[in-house]
Amino acid sequence: MSDKIAGRVWKFGENINTDLMLPGHVHAASEEEQARAVFSANRPGWVKEVRHGDFIVGGRNYGMGSSRPAARSIRNVGIACLIADSINGLFFRNCVNFGMLAIECPGVSAAFEEGQTAEVSLADFTVRNTTTGQVLKALPAPENLLALMRGGGIYPVLEKQGLIAPKTNTAA
Amino acid sequence: MGMTIIEKILARASGAKKVSPGDLVVVDVDTAVFIDNAFLPASWREVLKVHDPSKIVVIFDHRAPASDRVSAGSHVTGRAFVKRFGIERFHDVGREIGIAHVVVSDRAYALPGTVLVCADSHTCSGGAFNCAARGVGAPDMIYAATTGKTWFRVGETIRYDLEGRLAPGVTTKDVFLHIAGEFGEHANQNVEFGGGGLKHLSLNARRTISTMGAELSAEFATFEADDLLLDYVRKRNPAPFEAQYADKDAVYKERRTIALDAMEPLVALPDTVVNNSVKISKVAGEKIDQAFIGSCANGTLDDLKMAAHVLKGRRVAAGVRLIVTPGSQEIYRDALRAGYVETLMEAGAVVTNATCGACGGGHMGVLGPNETCITASTRNFKGRMGDPSARIFMASPATVAASAVAGAITHPGEFTREALS
Repeated sequence: MSDKIAGRVWKFGENINTDLMLPGHVHAASEEEQARAVFSANRPGWVKEVRHGDFIVGGRNYGMGSSRPAARSIRNVGIACLIADSINGLFFRNCVNFGMLAIECPGVSAAFEEGQTAEVSLADFTVRNTTTGQVLKALPAPENLLALMRGGGIYPVLEKQGLIAPKTNTAA
Repeated sequence: MGMTIIEKILARASGAKKVSPGDLVVVDVDTAVFIDNAFLPASWREVLKVHDPSKIVVIFDHRAPASDRVSAGSHVTGRAFVKRFGIERFHDVGREIGIAHVVVSDRAYALPGTVLVCADSHTCSGGAFNCAARGVGAPDMIYAATTGKTWFRVGETIRYDLEGRLAPGVTTKDVFLHIAGEFGEHANQNVEFGGGGLKHLSLNARRTISTMGAELSAEFATFEADDLLLDYVRKRNPAPFEAQYADKDAVYKERRTIALDAMEPLVALPDTVVNNSVKISKVAGEKIDQAFIGSCANGTLDDLKMAAHVLKGRRVAAGVRLIVTPGSQEIYRDALRAGYVETLMEAGAVVTNATCGACGGGHMGVLGPNETCITASTRNFKGRMGDPSARIFMASPATVAASAVAGAITHPGEFTREALS
């Protein structure tokens, strides 16, 4: 797995909450339905514009709110990396759980405009704006958590240990 | 250098002499609470082995009794899990059901000095019990149930010293709104509560604050242990525990004093809780369609008592729906015996069974387009309680009950001047 990844940036603000990413009315629905509802209240139509491999750049406390699997929805719409000034602790856990790469990088939201390309180096935890050339220092993620985020999350580990059954079709 | 309360609990649970901000700790989980949402088809994974069934609690709350076929199916899955692994602490639809965090408090499942996890953000509620209680994700729960462990990042701690005493009609919900308005989010930080004012606050009042720790985005919200807490726990849970106290030379990122006497009723404006609190005079007269008192934050017996105090001999305004949801069936029974339920119902409130219900816009009391609600619950995010165009103001049970009578957002002062007995 390459230690350098790059993607087109979508900008979101401060305190972006889980209910915007995973609205309550699809909380009991299938993963596919949940993914279609991402940001439907604050940015309708976004899920049709976002492309596989794009990045989200957010402000402070990205992912505030509930324990619902909003990080999985962000992963399922194709976001390859989330970079934010700071990330809510519970949302970060779910990024680890569901294999969604999430990096905390103070100052990142001020350094990017929507549509620019961000290049993340996981070898030295830097974030570069390829348009402006600005390089920011990100907060290093603990190695084992980074491995989970990049390796598909916690379920493959539990499957391998024989603690949970392999995934079956869970469409509701 | 010493440790804060949460650092002491995490050190003990991880077998370390000392933990410090920045550490990643792996801890033994003392209590893992599964809610019905955990068994939804898009969340659940079939568990083949359980580490220790005696450490697992299952409580149906978000969609209970079942609201539709999907939630009914999740309850079937949950009951099968309980049966397969012989889980004894199971709170199914019936006498012992309630909102998970409220049942955890009713039964003192959250033991002082221990670690408790649940896949719901308001699990921090148990922090009022000097417990490292934290909301985690659904996969974390399966990890905890199968391995007996979880991990935490240790954050810095902000200490709040509560001093003095609240005036009649002012509640700890107002204290929370003050903290959220004044200091904003506390992402990746812990909050710790103590001080001389604690002795005037019931466990219910403390639990409102700890539950709302989720809205501060705090990692943990932990209270000092005192005799009131320790006696309560010993009466309800025979399991051994060791409360943890902050060291005298504990290192805090900051210490802040909250003068309880200076608190006044506040309201959070719609769409977000932090940095959004205003004095009631700012929005007084704003017409409402619905008023709600309930949830893990405000469904306590104290909250129902306050609502009944305001509504006694009065009527809910025409055109306003007042929904009151006790936090557990046990609280519901206590409120019945105390006469609160009759007072509320005579005034025109609909008193529902104990469930998360209207708080999460789940299966009752959902808001329609362009409606306005004032709520004494946990969260007012856009779309949280129903249609995204609905506006959700958040306040204390006293303010919500007073507003239901007036038909518009109202200061509770004139309704609560007589002290509660």
